[in-house]
Amino acid sequence: MINFRYSRAGDVADAVRQIASEPRAKFVAGGTNLLDLMKYEVERPGHLIDISRLPLTGIEETASGRVRIGALVPNSDLAYHPLIEERYPMLSSAIRAGASQQLRNMASTGGNLLQRTRCSYFYDVATPCNKREPGSGCSAIDGHNRMHAILGTSEACIATHPSDMCVALAALEANVNVAGPAGERVIAFADFHRLPGDTPQRDTNLEPNEIITAIELPARGFAQNYTYIKIRDRLSYAFALVSVAAALELEGKNIKEARLALGGIAHKPWRDENAEAALRGQNATRDTFKRAADILLSGAKAYAHNAFKIELARRAIVRALTQAAQGTPQSQSNKKVL
Amino acid sequence: MPTSTAPDADTSLPGKIPITLTVNGTEAQLQLSPWVSLLDALRDRLNLTGTKKGCDHGQCGACTVIVDGRRVLSCLTLAVMKDGAKVTTVEGLASGGTLHPVQQAFIDQDAFQCGYCTSGQICSAVALIAEGRAKSADEIRELMSGNICRCGAYPNIVAAIQQAMGRA
Ligand SMILES: Cc1cc2nc3c(=O)[nH]c(=O)nc-3n(C[C@H](O)[C@H](O)[C@H](O)COP(=O)(O)OP(=O)(O)OC[C@H]3O[C@@H](n4cnc5c(N)ncnc54)[C@H](O)[C@@H]3O)c2cc1C
Ligand code: SF4
Ligand code: FES
Ligand code: FES
Repeated sequence: MINFRYSRAGDVADAVRQIASEPRAKFVAGGTNLLDLMKYEVERPGHLIDISRLPLTGIEETASGRVRIGALVPNSDLAYHPLIEERYPMLSSAIRAGASQQLRNMASTGGNLLQRTRCSYFYDVATPCNKREPGSGCSAIDGHNRMHAILGTSEACIATHPSDMCVALAALEANVNVAGPAGERVIAFADFHRLPGDTPQRDTNLEPNEIITAIELPARGFAQNYTYIKIRDRLSYAFALVSVAAALELEGKNIKEARLALGGIAHKPWRDENAEAALRGQNATRDTFKRAADILLSGAKAYAHNAFKIELARRAIVRALTQAAQGTPQSQSNKKVL
Repeated sequence: MPTSTAPDADTSLPGKIPITLTVNGTEAQLQLSPWVSLLDALRDRLNLTGTKKGCDHGQCGACTVIVDGRRVLSCLTLAVMKDGAKVTTVEGLASGGTLHPVQQAFIDQDAFQCGYCTSGQICSAVALIAEGRAKSADEIRELMSGNICRCGAYPNIVAAIQQAMGRA
């Protein structure tokens, strides 16, 4: 690995102070993404600021009925926390669909949001990649792009965001609480990750000197009618080709509220206002679900090897909404999709 | 093409950092550069070579050890970040001359061939049983999916874990 200096942050203010005074510094939390990228010399920080000992490890209910999750809560603790399992089982399910138990024990809530794409050209420093070396070109557009995006792509980059947890957080309309030299601010989940546009080197709207302190979930958790379906090349321990978080509030057969977010198909967890609007007020039938899927995928664009994702996503959406409506969420142990 | 892969500015090597680890019950004082992984510290500094380096990128599970009661990948852990931690490796599982029930079960069920993944499988299984979430074979397979076995001993590994769960 590359050489770097190391220091520990004493508290959040100290972390912000340290990062602001060191232009080539980065925070390290679980290290599961950053250290891997440093071994490939994709990331080359001169200094790591260890934030893993900061006391941002609580999961608690706020006075307004929201739930605040500290940025350093390990993914495994979050997935199995009683409050999360009971009120936000879709989040629990999505986390358990990702990585392995060892990685979930290490990975932090904040770090999960900031994990970088798994585009193999991004990892291979011998190839051009606009995300890694702005202006060098995109090797995937005319290369192997089976894993790549079908929505929201640009000429500069067609990478996907690899997180499972973030797909559920998008559907739940979480907030991201951050602190920086200018104080604290709150970023709505939809505004946190970016589309590549002509600046694919920027994955998110977090400023370089800001630290994520917490994620906040609204009270509404969709615990009755939800699912998370992840379709991948093997049954476990693989990134999504397509994943779907679906959540409904039903009155009889009628859909009062609907949330639909997809992973594996775009540079950010993908939601579509119009697709959700097409579900609201309708009866929960296969035709309704198909209509929503068609709307969500109407702008989809395939590259040489990923056209299969469009039909896969369409079917996954219909299946996920069916599971949610029936109250039969996908099991993350027995992988049979029913 | 990237022009340089070296860190840009400052070329002076950062100093070593003193840390304490309690490994298999024995306290060790180490002076480590910040970039030394827990895996390399265990294998190269403490001569505990039972923990294996498979991929060195978090993908295979061969380097699994138990840190403060949780199974983690030592290849993606910086040793300096674990200053003060308690680490259990495969060498620390047996007590006296008696193998840990999971070790014995791996022998009884013929749960390895080349053995390269085995110390990681065993540490992972010990933690899995302590976590107490896997009951069915499906659940064992899912929660052991971070440990790849290139020899494909999976059915026997599941059988060994089931045997050890019965005894625990
Ligand atoms: C083999 C493998 C398989 C995986 N499979 C999956 C999968 O199927 N699904 C999935 O969703 N994920 C998967 N992951 C990714 C894993 O979930 C992420 O690596 C993890 O969530 C990152 O969290 P971390 O705490 O380890 O981040 P780190 O590696 O510590 O940090 C990542 C980035 O975030 C920054 N950072 C961390 N915390 C903060 C903070 N609080 N504020 C500001 N910046 C911060 C760091 O500076 C760094 O740039 C996999 C990883 C591996 C290695
Ligand atoms: S898709 Fe994005 S990350 Fe992949 S090579 Fe192109 S620019 Fe790089
Ligand atoms: S060596 Fe650590 S996961 Fe492969
Ligand atoms: S026994 Fe050979 S890799 Fe598992």
